[in-house]
Amino acid sequence: MAEIDPTAVAHEVDERSTAEPEGGRNVGQALLRKEDARLVTGQTRWTDNIQLPGMLHFAVLRAPMAHARITNVDVAPALEQPGVLAAFSGADLAGEYSSLPCAWPVTEDMVQPDHHPLATDKVRYAGDGVAVVVARDRYQAADALEHIVVDYDPLPAVVDMEQALRDEVLVHDDAGTNRCFEFDMPCGDIDQALSDADVVVKRRFIQQRLIPTAIEPRAVVCEPIAAAGEYTVYSATQIPHILRLMLALGTQTDESKLRVVAPDVGGGFGSKLNVYAEEALAVVLARRLGRPVKWTETRSEGYQATIHGRDQIQDITIGARSDGTLTGLNVELKANMGAYLQLVTPGVPVLGAFMFNAIYKMDAYRFNCTGVFTTKTPTDAYRGAGRPEATYAIERIMDELAAELDMDPLELRRKNWIAHEEFPYDTVSGLTYDSGNYEAATDKALALFGYDDLRAEQAERRERGDRVQLGIGISTYTEMCGLAPSRVLGTLSYGAGGWEAASIRVLPTGKVEVVTGTAPHGQGHVTSWSQIAADALGVDYDDVMVLHSDTRVAPKGMDTYGSRSLVVGGIAVHKTAEKVIEKAKPFAAHLLEASVDDIDFTDGAFQVRGSPEARKTLQEVALAVFAAHDYPEGLEPDLAAETTFDPENFSFPHGTHLCATEVDTETGRVSIRSYVAVDDVGKVVNPQIVDGQVHGGLAQGIAQALYEEAIYDADGNLTTGTLVDYYVPGAPDLPAYVTDRTETPATTNPLGVKGVGEAGTIASTPAVINAVLDALRHLGVDDMPLPASPQNVWKAIQAAQGGSAR
Amino acid sequence: MPTVRVTINRTVYEDEVEPRLLFVHYLRDRLGLTGTNVGCDTSNCGACTVLLDGQSVKSCTLLAVQADGCEVTTIEGLASNGEWHPLQTAFHTEHGLQCGYCTPGMIMASVSLLAENPDPSEDEVRMGLEGNLCRCTGYHNIVKAVRKAASEL
Repeated sequence: MAEIDPTAVAHEVDERSTAEPEGGRNVGQALLRKEDARLVTGQTRWTDNIQLPGMLHFAVLRAPMAHARITNVDVAPALEQPGVLAAFSGADLAGEYSSLPCAWPVTEDMVQPDHHPLATDKVRYAGDGVAVVVARDRYQAADALEHIVVDYDPLPAVVDMEQALRDEVLVHDDAGTNRCFEFDMPCGDIDQALSDADVVVKRRFIQQRLIPTAIEPRAVVCEPIAAAGEYTVYSATQIPHILRLMLALGTQTDESKLRVVAPDVGGGFGSKLNVYAEEALAVVLARRLGRPVKWTETRSEGYQATIHGRDQIQDITIGARSDGTLTGLNVELKANMGAYLQLVTPGVPVLGAFMFNAIYKMDAYRFNCTGVFTTKTPTDAYRGAGRPEATYAIERIMDELAAELDMDPLELRRKNWIAHEEFPYDTVSGLTYDSGNYEAATDKALALFGYDDLRAEQAERRERGDRVQLGIGISTYTEMCGLAPSRVLGTLSYGAGGWEAASIRVLPTGKVEVVTGTAPHGQGHVTSWSQIAADALGVDYDDVMVLHSDTRVAPKGMDTYGSRSLVVGGIAVHKTAEKVIEKAKPFAAHLLEASVDDIDFTDGAFQVRGSPEARKTLQEVALAVFAAHDYPEGLEPDLAAETTFDPENFSFPHGTHLCATEVDTETGRVSIRSYVAVDDVGKVVNPQIVDGQVHGGLAQGIAQALYEEAIYDADGNLTTGTLVDYYVPGAPDLPAYVTDRTETPATTNPLGVKGVGEAGTIASTPAVINAVLDALRHLGVDDMPLPASPQNVWKAIQAAQGGSAR
Repeated sequence: MPTVRVTINRTVYEDEVEPRLLFVHYLRDRLGLTGTNVGCDTSNCGACTVLLDGQSVKSCTLLAVQADGCEVTTIEGLASNGEWHPLQTAFHTEHGLQCGYCTPGMIMASVSLLAENPDPSEDEVRMGLEGNLCRCTGYHNIVKAVRKAASEL
């Protein structure tokens, strides 16, 4: 058998320090994170840490049932409770905010229902906010909620999408339908392509509902200066800039008087990429009461009131010739919106529309998606957002097609993928992949995995009828990230652009301040942006400070999601640094008494061409510019620069993931024996941070494959409503990962970098499930519900063997 | 209201508290020791882990009054004389944290784990940290960090 050392990370750099690496180059080095000192010592500023003079706490009364008409709300008894300053029903506050925003109307006729921070007429999911209490502390606020009296007229729940599409129970009565939108994207003649096929395989895959579960619960604080109409909102958000704009519009607050700060933010994964009811309530309550207010969700409250992810039904049809050449792919999708549209709810499946065809060539493709309202918590972006679903479907059905054709699944992929010499490549769904090398990544993964040895062991175990069967799963994925070219977003009806901003100033002491519009919450931007700026400016890594996530400090930005920060925001930093150098050149020439045309910026300093001994560093130039006693006529004494970078294309990381699972055929228990991920994310700024992003992504993708599922009962109650019931995997549930890389530089940005934040999640779910099925296929198992829990695996085996368990 | 007297990070505190006050809220809201975090309400995530008389406990599952007479160490008290504890250093050098929200609890649980088992195998580290959830790292580098710290303690 193959000997895999699961702790081996092939490219690991053991000697790391913050000292300047060899050659003065920072990009590409595994420099230790600047962020960590605060985080490992507890000197953090999470939103819930914030205590302000006079601060009050609010709590939200939530619907105890999925669907009901509100006939009466009486908050008066709550006002009698100790410490309570105010209590409001939805009707009391109705005029003070507008509907919570959905920024992605994917079709012109999309149904976009009102979504007020507190319900007034009906509650539409268990957890929908009904009333709010403001009290002196969080205990008193929670106590007082129990004294609010709400009369409900219960209505039937509708939790199943196909049932909802029958429109017998309407989530939004005015709409007259539960159909939110239908998005159709035909690419070529799909009917012809499928009729040209010798083999057609159809499958239905169910993407279970997932709960993102950032470990920091959501929290918001609003500090008013009510007399001046000024507000500071502190929120555990990924999107301080978008939130500022949306809250200004939604609460009729002057945008220039609204400051949003995302202090330390403890993970997001899409769950904090939103504009939430409680954020609007915080502004409205702070305005009403003239005092700072705070709200922090409890975990079980968040499980109802913070967005969920996935929840799609995928009907997939793929056609191929008998030699395995793909002809066409048809995708019929139903996407569960939940009860309302949050910020990008309908856009999530549409982001997947371009990714079902993945790395494969085919004649025709069609994507058709229906968005459906149900009486469940709204869905929205969860790590990968549309692309994990697409990748799962194609990588799963490629294995089913291989089985049908009796081909090796890897051979089938090789036969159909875009060869590296074909890049740039225009895909059937209309994207242009700039670069990639699927052959190189696959070869590297196979070598690390010991593919042939594992296949031999698998055959041996099958032969002897071992109770524990071995399976090998493949996922050769790509994805589109780095959101995004603004014009493309415009054609997709997204409500904003996809640019990112940066500015740089050099202080008189030589320290450099880099201001970024990205909003990191674990990704290490402070470290990586320092590396980029230090190299481009010729200054020490430790001399760079990165400022972010406060709209007064970093007034312009589009924030962090969609693996966009490096490929858009990091490039903005790089381009800004180049502007600073260009701006400094005439000052350097003046100091060196040379013509500006003779000045080069080489090895981190300005030099006179031909006489390298005459040098000035940027920091020396900056001090002279600050003093401004002697500088060229006609120039302003200033080196600051700023950039708004709008990318020309998406970013297309790719890779090959291989998973070996052991499946106990008597108990249904699956354990991952080895997992190899070879990712191509282009040039790497900080390999340690990139590895970390991949590890975390893998964990969430494996969690979808094996552990997690948000379950509702027929009445619309979330039965997995706490961390006791919703199984987030712990350390014993996950393997050590073998990660490695190939480096095919992106051709669409000057650093050659690609996004990495979501890649691991996108790739891993199908790798694991393909491995589980590969272990069981000889027993007649060809389908596996997500997650592949012991119960689901056991049932699948029993059903395949003629048992009655299914 | 009952009075509690508790030594936290070598400082003695004496306060009147509501009997129902959770110890983690006493730390965070009364004393301003906000290094200890709350991540759930069911004692699953371990973000609130502190040492109580040397044992790791989840401070969201402890009433402040139950800590009366006890000696407590939180993340703020782990370094001594300005020197980080080897676990703090190892989490940093091995990139055992990303957002950092689970980190104080994860480090305190690891202190307790290494006190019980100074040289744990990879599996023993994973089992020993079963009660602490991390959503960012996939645990890979946390396990490496704990084993590295073990080799240096």
